[in-house]
Amino acid sequence: MADLPRPLLTVEGLSLAFGGIRALRGVGFSLAEGETLAVIGPNGSGKTSLFNCISGAYTPGAGSITFQGKSLLGLSPDRVARRGIARTFQNLRLFLGLPVIDNLLLGRHLHFRKNLAAAFFRLRGEEIRHREKCEELIEFLDLEPYRNVRVADCAYGVQKRVELARALALEPRLLLLDEPASGLTGEEKEEVAYWLHEMRGRFGLTLLFVEHDLRFASRLAPRMIALDRGEKIAEGTPAEVQRQPAVARAYLGDAA
Amino acid sequence: MALPLMDRFLQYAVAGLSAGSLYALVALGIVLIYKSTKVLNFAHGDVATLGTFAAFALLSRDHSFWIAFPAALVTGALASVLFYFGALAPAQRKGATLLGQVILTIGLALIVQGLVVYTFGTEPDRMPFPLSDSESRKVGPVYVSELALGTLGAALAACVAVYVVVQRTRLGLAMRAVSENLMAAQTLGIPTRRVLGFAWATASALGVVAGLFLAPALLLDPFFMLDPFLKGFAASVLGGLGSLPGAVAGGLLLGVAESLAGAYAGIEFKKTLAFLVILAVLLVRPEGLLGKPFKERV
Repeated sequence: MADLPRPLLTVEGLSLAFGGIRALRGVGFSLAEGETLAVIGPNGSGKTSLFNCISGAYTPGAGSITFQGKSLLGLSPDRVARRGIARTFQNLRLFLGLPVIDNLLLGRHLHFRKNLAAAFFRLRGEEIRHREKCEELIEFLDLEPYRNVRVADCAYGVQKRVELARALALEPRLLLLDEPASGLTGEEKEEVAYWLHEMRGRFGLTLLFVEHDLRFASRLAPRMIALDRGEKIAEGTPAEVQRQPAVARAYLGDAA
Repeated sequence: MALPLMDRFLQYAVAGLSAGSLYALVALGIVLIYKSTKVLNFAHGDVATLGTFAAFALLSRDHSFWIAFPAALVTGALASVLFYFGALAPAQRKGATLLGQVILTIGLALIVQGLVVYTFGTEPDRMPFPLSDSESRKVGPVYVSELALGTLGAALAACVAVYVVVQRTRLGLAMRAVSENLMAAQTLGIPTRRVLGFAWATASALGVVAGLFLAPALLLDPFFMLDPFLKGFAASVLGGLGSLPGAVAGGLLLGVAESLAGAYAGIEFKKTLAFLVILAVLLVRPEGLLGKPFKERV
């Protein structure tokens, strides 16, 4: 990997256990600035646990996570977000009772000024600036018809886009997407793939995403790693990874 | 004094509104904490007592009301913030159950109560107050005491302030976000613990406001907030435990029901009838007046 620029994110020897269940066993990889990496693997292979460790929801038992040269270990999720990492969730974690626009504005929270006066009063210039950024994302993700609709009243595919827009509102350096295509129709998957592709170019994003759908993952990521039962079993281009017997076994069982 | 029928009714209704606005303040604090932290705060009444006694201590040292009352609010808020960051948040981090957290608030209640009893004794005292309980003003057909007018005004001001903060400020938006989905709020970089600490502080300050306006109508002793706390709790359930407007509506309704029951059914039925009203409402609408139906809360 000598031709890649210095890594943005480095994960080394990451281990996580819940009681007797070892969710992650010495997982390591690195991600260069501007790169897109997919994490694949069957259910229960540790993909989401990996995300939860990076975003600060879980504290790993061993190993290191380094982002922009600094360790992320022990940081609370809001601190990790402040370092420039945004994420989406497999089962969507939106503010269902709030309209779409408020969900996006909440994504701008860490860019607001931090003093008390700013917390109580909506400073006009600042408010306009943040609203403009949100409007830009609303336009980009075709959310105009839903701007003032409560998220609970939006269709699933729309909610998924709202979550993506909210994550982008943070203007992250690194975006973690947990199964961005799950639960979507074939057509919607096409759209999401297109948007993710556009986003990378437009916002200069580094993407790390978990995906169950191998076809979807291969289309977006030039490089992927495969997990099984908490261990990294393969790494390389989509073709290389899918050729590995261990990957086929993990997906199809020992019969394959 | 033979009041015409309608005037007599109005007189009691207004007295009920004044008492009810205190219940509403207490209920507002309980709901604010319940909505944000999902914890029923059994120390709510005792923290309000502590704040009220702080004002009493300053007033008996000849400080002015302008110093004593803000100091009382700050004392109550500070006690809650200390509890939140010192006990509740660490317990949550270690994975305490909700019931365990509620028990922690009972512990806080007992500690605060002990502290107040130890410092001030159990002898009832008269609370000095700028508004008189006996001087009345005629408002339309009814007589209202200065204190009752002040209580209504203070409660209204507090409700408006809470509304503005929650609905119109960025902090309020963060509060609503944290209350709806803590984890999502965290991943957006919202400092959830600080937001929750602010909710606890605000709630306790509201309780202290209720204490300050209630004390001059009664005698001040370390247990004087117990009854209003229970009423406030009942009012918050009546309004729907998760709803801020519901807490206000529930408090006012409870106060008026109580006052009218005392007037027309006899003073011994004052509390009974009020709680019968709650029972009746909850039988028809188990989620409370303005609460969301339970099935939505999955």
